[in-house]
Amino acid sequence: MKNRGYYGDFGGAYLPEILVATFDELEARFEQIKQDPNFWKTYVALMSSYSCRPTPLTFAQNLTDHFGGAKIYIKREDLNHTGAHKLNNVMGQGLLVQKMGKKRVIAETGAGQHGVACATMAAKFGFDCTIYMGEVDVIRQRPNVFWMEQLGATVVPVTDGTRILKDAINEAFRDWVSHMDTTHYVLGTACGPHPFPEMVTYFQSIIGLEARRQILEIEGRLPKRVYACVGGGSNAMGLFSGFSNDPVELVGVEAGGRGLSTGLHASRLKSDDASPGIAQGYKTYFLQDDDGQMKETHSISAGLDYVGVSPILADMHDKGLARFESATDDEVIAALKLTMQKEGIIPALESSHAFALAFKEAPGLSKEDIIIINQSGRGDKDIFTVADAFDDPKWKEFIRTKAEQYHA
Amino acid sequence: MLESYIKERLKTKKILLMTHIVMGYPSFDASYEIVRQMVEAGVDLMELQIPFSEPMADGPVILHANQKAIEEGSTVQGCFEFAQRVAQEFSIPFLFMSYANILYKYGMERFSDRMAKINLKGAIVPDLPPEEGKDYLLAMAKNNLSPIYIFSPETSEERMGYIGSFAQGFVYCLARKGVTGKTTSFSTDLADYLGRCRKATPLPLAVGFGVKDKADIDFLKGKADIAVIGSQTIRVVEEKGTAAIGSFIRSLV
Ligand SMILES: Cc1ncc(COP(=O)(O)O)c(C=O)c1O
Repeated sequence: MKNRGYYGDFGGAYLPEILVATFDELEARFEQIKQDPNFWKTYVALMSSYSCRPTPLTFAQNLTDHFGGAKIYIKREDLNHTGAHKLNNVMGQGLLVQKMGKKRVIAETGAGQHGVACATMAAKFGFDCTIYMGEVDVIRQRPNVFWMEQLGATVVPVTDGTRILKDAINEAFRDWVSHMDTTHYVLGTACGPHPFPEMVTYFQSIIGLEARRQILEIEGRLPKRVYACVGGGSNAMGLFSGFSNDPVELVGVEAGGRGLSTGLHASRLKSDDASPGIAQGYKTYFLQDDDGQMKETHSISAGLDYVGVSPILADMHDKGLARFESATDDEVIAALKLTMQKEGIIPALESSHAFALAFKEAPGLSKEDIIIINQSGRGDKDIFTVADAFDDPKWKEFIRTKAEQYHA
Repeated sequence: MLESYIKERLKTKKILLMTHIVMGYPSFDASYEIVRQMVEAGVDLMELQIPFSEPMADGPVILHANQKAIEEGSTVQGCFEFAQRVAQEFSIPFLFMSYANILYKYGMERFSDRMAKINLKGAIVPDLPPEEGKDYLLAMAKNNLSPIYIFSPETSEERMGYIGSFAQGFVYCLARKGVTGKTTSFSTDLADYLGRCRKATPLPLAVGFGVKDKADIDFLKGKADIAVIGSQTIRVVEEKGTAAIGSFIRSLV
């Protein structure tokens, strides 16, 4: 193991000894595929036949008119197979697993999108698959649990700790230290020990590369700003990588929950509540107390409800290379509603954070300016949470009738 | 020095016993009573774990103890005070065990300065490999404290040599893959692996993960210097209460 994977002060590989050899192998394999031009070609070919890459860049005419400011474009990761950007990372790691000759994959999931993507990849490539998911998220994202199981994965509800994403990650690591000979851990975001932050970003960079090419084709010029929601940071890193050498402002939007002042949020970079720490194998900003114990987080979206954040984004934050903001649960629901009504597009609750902030800022920009919002996923999975937030009487009636059919 | 204490002790005992507790689980009073009984029953050294909310290398039993201890108000400050008290009252060496973040948040140097002040002898930090441990190693060296490092069955000979160059006191050999608290098969594979560990370092060898009864410890005699009992003592306390600890320890040796 070499001392690598630092982004400024953040990142690293704080590994228990039992995993060091496994990470050495993973890192060596990743270095190999990076050097191999055929690998990227194979990956892109797979993503354009098995999924719908390149995903479209949609001009949101009605939203643009509504706000009367910048031209709003939406990068449509919701049209990726399985409905989110998560598949980009998963298929890339799947190809790597084939090369390593392993037969089983495990993963954590929050919103269930990464879990569904992983179960899908495992079905296609013929791997056994176990998904760890916090008990709270199992309830919040029930439709995805159903699909993971139908796809042949075993879903293990995690009942320890805060019973959300971070606890699912711990449990996946505990599985991995027992089964690393046969098993690869498909980490779902740009976090964790090196090489995960770099590797996940590498596969997700397909989003930004496409978006840059598309906007130049359509408009012949670069956007002023690009917006992405930030959970662990993979869709944001994916979009940002396309514009990192351009005069484009990169904006990451974290979960503001009930508002930063309430303490009930998951904002690591915008709020002052997080501090540098070491957990889950890497160093970054964590929402933790003075002793270093991780705090409870809150967000309406299961996918942004995480105590840590990509070490690459932590470094970009400190160096002023990207700007970080937050959106509250209420702002997110309003943005989701508006996007559906104006454009006929249903963003995931996670993605709706990026929409919420872009809507706040668009009116202040000139009509000449262009912005791109990353729609990291589609909202179908959130039907229960959104129906509750809208307090929809017809939905409640349907659930009651359905329950009666099950003699509940 | 921890190493010389261990070597001295090995002149009269075939194998030493190291036990583990999570400080503040189920309460600081109970922790104190457990330490008292363990020392009385002849334990040679002890790991005092400062609980952490994300104990990645620990299995269900110790994980649960960590969570409960934090819920019950076990703070880092409380753990230092507890450790100070037991290190003062009992004559065996005490070590801290915790995860990197606890030391990092406290400040590596401040943490080890305080360890030295209260007469602790060393620390085991499973998620802080030597590659990431520069500040930690400097702070420990400054205070003459032993950084305890870990070998696993996956560790190559070359890496054992590398780790050995930083290790002090003894080396903690994981008996198997996985997390704490699961069953280990005490087999010829384990004996071969311990032989490799022995060749890699002149330091005493401790063996932990899955050691639970006299048969396991008898197996280790002649192959290792220290048997580590972790999850099993927590199980005994949970099933039979703190009063049962002394007789459990005596049943092992
Ligand atoms: C649709 C969607 N967007 C965003 C995220 C957040 O993850 P990341 O920050 O890694 O993109 C998730 C995570 O589950 C998700 O499902």
